[in-house]
Amino acid sequence: MNGHRILTIMRTDLRQLLKSKDFLIPLAALSAIFFVILPMMLLLAIDALGDVPTVQRISETLDVLPAKAQAAIQGSTPSARTQYALAVYLFAPLAVIVPLTISTAIGAATMVGERERGTGEFLAHSPARTDEIYVGKLLASFIPGYAATFVGFGIYAVLVNSIVGPKVGGWFFPTNDWWVLMLWFVPPFLIFAMTLVLRLSARVRSTIAAQQASGLVTLPMIVLSYTQSTGTLFGASAASTFLIGLIAWIAAAISLTSGMRAVRRSRLLGVAIS
Amino acid sequence: MTDLAVHPPTVPTPAPAPAVRLEGVDRAFGDINALDQLDLEIAYGQITVLLGPNGAGKTTAIRLITGALPADAGRCETFGVDPLEHGEDVRRRCGVVAAKPSLYDRLTGLENLRYAARLYEIDGDQDARMREAAARFGIDHALELEVGGYSTGMKTRLALARAILHDPELLLLDEPTSGLDPESSHAVLSLIRELTDDGRTVVMCTHLLAEAEGLADQVVMLEDGSSLVAGSQQDLIAMYWPRPAVLLDAIDGVPAATMEATGITATREGDFVRVEVDGADDIADLVTALVGAGVRLTRVDPENPSLEDLYFRIRRDRAAGVEFGASS
Repeated sequence: MNGHRILTIMRTDLRQLLKSKDFLIPLAALSAIFFVILPMMLLLAIDALGDVPTVQRISETLDVLPAKAQAAIQGSTPSARTQYALAVYLFAPLAVIVPLTISTAIGAATMVGERERGTGEFLAHSPARTDEIYVGKLLASFIPGYAATFVGFGIYAVLVNSIVGPKVGGWFFPTNDWWVLMLWFVPPFLIFAMTLVLRLSARVRSTIAAQQASGLVTLPMIVLSYTQSTGTLFGASAASTFLIGLIAWIAAAISLTSGMRAVRRSRLLGVAIS
Repeated sequence: MTDLAVHPPTVPTPAPAPAVRLEGVDRAFGDINALDQLDLEIAYGQITVLLGPNGAGKTTAIRLITGALPADAGRCETFGVDPLEHGEDVRRRCGVVAAKPSLYDRLTGLENLRYAARLYEIDGDQDARMREAAARFGIDHALELEVGGYSTGMKTRLALARAILHDPELLLLDEPTSGLDPESSHAVLSLIRELTDDGRTVVMCTHLLAEAEGLADQVVMLEDGSSLVAGSQQDLIAMYWPRPAVLLDAIDGVPAATMEATGITATREGDFVRVEVDGADDIADLVTALVGAGVRLTRVDPENPSLEDLYFRIRRDRAAGVEFGASS
């Protein structure tokens, strides 16, 4: 494979995305909802309510979390503990869905979009190999979602540390577990999901069909998000955490290799396969 | 025993390999046979025009030539190699302009060219090459604009500039004047003609007969995925109209008796009389004889069949089940 050509394909796709307002506006809106508006509203609401019985009852439900997760919760008052738990175990994992949503939206349109616009003909006749096209487009789908999540979490970190930090002994987010999530878990899940989305995109007849079908691949990320939000994932030992991540990386690598072989030039041309 | 010293063995000089050779190629899409036992040979440095109605297999042939599509059966060779096995090398030596210009609307003209320059890994000063190619097709003034705002003619010019950017040996142009006004079409065809002056091989698909007229070194007529005939326009016309003909008309008509007296068979076609002769000298003799017999000629029009005449003649013969050139 020619890395130079992969980067060229990736950069060109990203350049087109950055020029597209119909992509950037929903991206900004989605990120703002998950990283700013929802967390701020809920955390400020708890702030305003204080240690009222409702908040105390929410705080008591934290007892269902695994021991390791419970031990990590900081704060001396029920409202502070509730805010901490929401910040770390509810919002943070939910926002992991953001990269998947963004990347899926891009990835679903990438192959079929080339075909619909007629630009697939140019790529099909170019010297670029199909595996180079596949990887270039996968990176162009992966990067916006992953980068938006990092930027969003940067803003989110400032927000939750400002609201909750003073009550739990200072800045606490991102936690070590969160770094593990973002650096060890999210990339392979996202790559795995994108390999499937791109294969779907190459096979279906329209972008709408690709987006509908690719909704199915959000399932792995929802599972990841759920396990994290209940603290199960990080209630496990370091060895288990490493092992689960490793399995995800291996699955992503296998799916990537298989996807590279599955894409044909005829898919870019949009001709029926005999 | 042959005396090798006196009669050294003569090694026949191999004919130069064609730029493209397709032999007995089949390609189907589902139940539709896009190509059916297609044979095609394209010589280096020539303009070959693939003529045929929509669905004749012209675009599919181009896709097979670059290895973008595999054939179901038959043999494909481009530059003497299998374009599927050596796809990267073959495609690097080809420049393609598709029926739709295949440009990225959100990118500027320059960004579109740069994308191609990088995919084709053009050495040297890419920027200079891009501007030179754009200037050649008169689109250099619009390189900083987004392609989405281009007219159809501008897009075609940019697509042509992109196709020659990497200095390809073989240019494959699929309906390059589609959607263009007559002036732009004429300009594009002139530019295509210029490209062969640089030694490039050009394959152009079209269903517009007037475009191919006088442009093609070789005409290949396709129908239902097969090649009906192939050859230069002059050779094909000579095959279908082996004897020159002349149309005559006169005040009060050309009398049949006078024609019979000249010994030349004539047929009436509408208001005119069509006469087949053996050569240009016969036309002069015929005119002299007719004038001598008191016929006041108003028209002496040597017949010059166009590509359109040839096309419809071939299709008519095929529909009637007549063998190649047999009805002439």
